Amino acid sequence: MAIQAKELTKDYQFGFSDIDVSVFRTAKGLSPEVVASISQHKDEPEWMLKFRLKALDHFRKRPMPTWGADLSGLDFENIYYYVKPVEEMSRSWDDVPDSIKQTFDRLGIPQAERQFLAGVSAQYDSEVVYHSIREDLEKQGVLFSDCDTGLREHEELFRKYFGTVIPPNDNKFAALNSAVWSGGSFVYVPKGVKVDIPLQAYFRINSDNMGQFERTLIIADEGSSVHYIEGCTAPNYSSDSLHSAVVELIAHKGAKIRYTTIQNWSDNVYNLVTKRAIANENATVEWIDGNLGSKVTMKYPSVYLMGEGAHAEVMSAAFAGNGQHQDAGSKAIHVAPNTTSNIVSRSISKGTGRTSYRGHIKVLPKAHNVKVSVRCDALLLDEESRSDTYPYMDIDNPDVTIGHEASVSKVGEDQIFYLTSRGITEQDATALIVNGFFEPFVKELPMEYAVELNRLLALSMEGAIG
Amino acid sequence: MSQEVLSISGLRATVEGKEILKGVDLQVAQGEIHALMGPNGSGKSTLAYTLMGHPKYVVTGGSVTFGGEDLLPLTADARARLGLFLCFQYPTAIPGVSTVNFLRAALRAQGKEMPAREFLNRLSTEMKELKIDESFRSRYINDGFSGGEKKRMEILQLAMLRPKLAILDETDSGLDVDALRTVADGVMRLCGPDMGVLVITHYPRILEHLHPDRVHVLHDGRVVTSGGADLARQIEREGYEPILGTAVAATA
Ligand SMILES: Nc1ncnc2c1ncn2[C@@H]1O[C@H](COP(=O)(O)OP(=O)(O)OP(=O)(O)O)[C@@H](O)[C@H]1O
Ligand SMILES: [Mg+2]
Repeated sequence: MAIQAKELTKDYQFGFSDIDVSVFRTAKGLSPEVVASISQHKDEPEWMLKFRLKALDHFRKRPMPTWGADLSGLDFENIYYYVKPVEEMSRSWDDVPDSIKQTFDRLGIPQAERQFLAGVSAQYDSEVVYHSIREDLEKQGVLFSDCDTGLREHEELFRKYFGTVIPPNDNKFAALNSAVWSGGSFVYVPKGVKVDIPLQAYFRINSDNMGQFERTLIIADEGSSVHYIEGCTAPNYSSDSLHSAVVELIAHKGAKIRYTTIQNWSDNVYNLVTKRAIANENATVEWIDGNLGSKVTMKYPSVYLMGEGAHAEVMSAAFAGNGQHQDAGSKAIHVAPNTTSNIVSRSISKGTGRTSYRGHIKVLPKAHNVKVSVRCDALLLDEESRSDTYPYMDIDNPDVTIGHEASVSKVGEDQIFYLTSRGITEQDATALIVNGFFEPFVKELPMEYAVELNRLLALSMEGAIG
Repeated sequence: MSQEVLSISGLRATVEGKEILKGVDLQVAQGEIHALMGPNGSGKSTLAYTLMGHPKYVVTGGSVTFGGEDLLPLTADARARLGLFLCFQYPTAIPGVSTVNFLRAALRAQGKEMPAREFLNRLSTEMKELKIDESFRSRYINDGFSGGEKKRMEILQLAMLRPKLAILDETDSGLDVDALRTVADGVMRLCGPDMGVLVITHYPRILEHLHPDRVHVLHDGRVVTSGGADLARQIEREGYEPILGTAVAATA
């Protein structure tokens, strides 16, 4: 399968940059004026403007984090914080500008799939240009829109949850996002409603020096369930870009949220994302998180297990090619008794690529009978590749069961020889092993994403040869 | 002169700087079955690996042609594509790579790809012949397989890939009586004018099934004697000492 995917994509280029159809952008750099102009341009209520300005304040006061990846190449003054590509939100596919459709074509989203999808929320630059909701979703009372629309049309509901899981002063990059956020998705699933088709959104950066600061808020009310999928590819740029998203999930009693991401930013992007979920009584939250590309990624999807019987599942995969650093991991905070978490991480480093697993497990004093399982495996493809593990555990209740396993392995000469002795080239043999290593992750993906991931991996394998 | 598929002359090879093959001469004609015997550590597996092109085994002298082509400059995958196959003495586990995906990748690499349905039908048939359970299709190759299961899986690959020459490195070791029969029948079914076999073994039992045209004895990195099927029986009866004694005396 890997090899087939590779053949499919031999001359497939993710590095294209389309004609810029932007019509409005703020001045470069960050200031209260820039923040105010974003808010004004979106015609936001007063409270949101205040929220943004306060967040900007937090952002300025906080020092750069020094514990993770190297962020010294970031220049906050050399970034456009808001670019709006088209004047009006398009309601139907026909209204979408041709150049944008071409972008989607090149991203390889099959037409049949687009129609099948519950709603495709496609983010082009900072604004959602295409967005449709299938009728039966509407009938079920499911809200699925971009975040700006969510704020405009469902202000009360939006305000009740927005910024409650990740407050603006949580960390420097959450503060930045809170100040300049734009786009992203807003999902509300009413009590007892099970959304059986994944909700999908495609994201894409399309302007040189442009940051992307989408904001996603998903609320699953009691007994409901939803699967949200976000995937993206990005064109190559000559100068550094910043992507700093915030994703907040709230799973009410007995609800289930699965959030699937595959990210493949071009290798100059700083991808600094804060993802956090709250799981109430008997709720389940699953993060499926795949990271390829980017220059630096720092991302640690976390789950706060607030109610008894809540369950967290985090399955992540990272691939770091030459010069890339994937600093990823996850956090599970067990606040309530009888909660469980299962964390699986797989990472591959190639050439001078570097992966880090950073995990934090916290069990509070009242949380008895907690079960935690952490398993992280790293695969090194070359002598110079690097992988590190930083597992932190704060356990304040003796009544816990914790399993922690970690491994670092190298692709063995004997494995390669075995495969090549059957006629498979060394490069394809490596690709087979790499795909095999990611198998537990790929198995969790819907078919078309599994294919896309294998494609991206094949490309990364070719591109990263030093 | 008969059509030689494999011709080895004066082959010398080292592993980790130590010379193991010290001038091997061996010819296998198209479609013939040859047996290679010899005491533990005499260099049989080393010869197999060297022929297949394992990067650890460094050729320091001699020549090898396969189907008339110079084999030595080629990488392992290129040798396989010419039609050389090795049944490993100790097959390697590859977690994450299923038998099905592996076989399809190998067939494709060798330009022997077939439509999915045909592929699956053939795979089913071959698995039944070798008494391999269907569940092994989706299992990771050699991962957690028993010794005997690994050996059968090697023969399954052989059956799917249909090489010109198969080197079987102690494929009969560790098999129970019934499994040995299944494997031997499998090999017999495959060999013929299009496929020759070089079987490395310690036991004449598999040779009673395979009826080799020639039996060679490797000792200290050289083929010291060759003969008919009787030679294997003699070794079984008397051990290597009498043969090696005379052979060593003869070369001295
Ligand atoms: N990778 C290696 N490193 C060091 N020595 C090796 C290596 N491979 C083989 N040898 C040595 O080469 C010699 C021949 O080994 P080889 O495996 O070819 O023997 P064999 O004839 O196949 O034996 P057996 O009948 O036990 O399978 C042995 O002395 C062995 O220790
Ligand atoms: Mg051996």
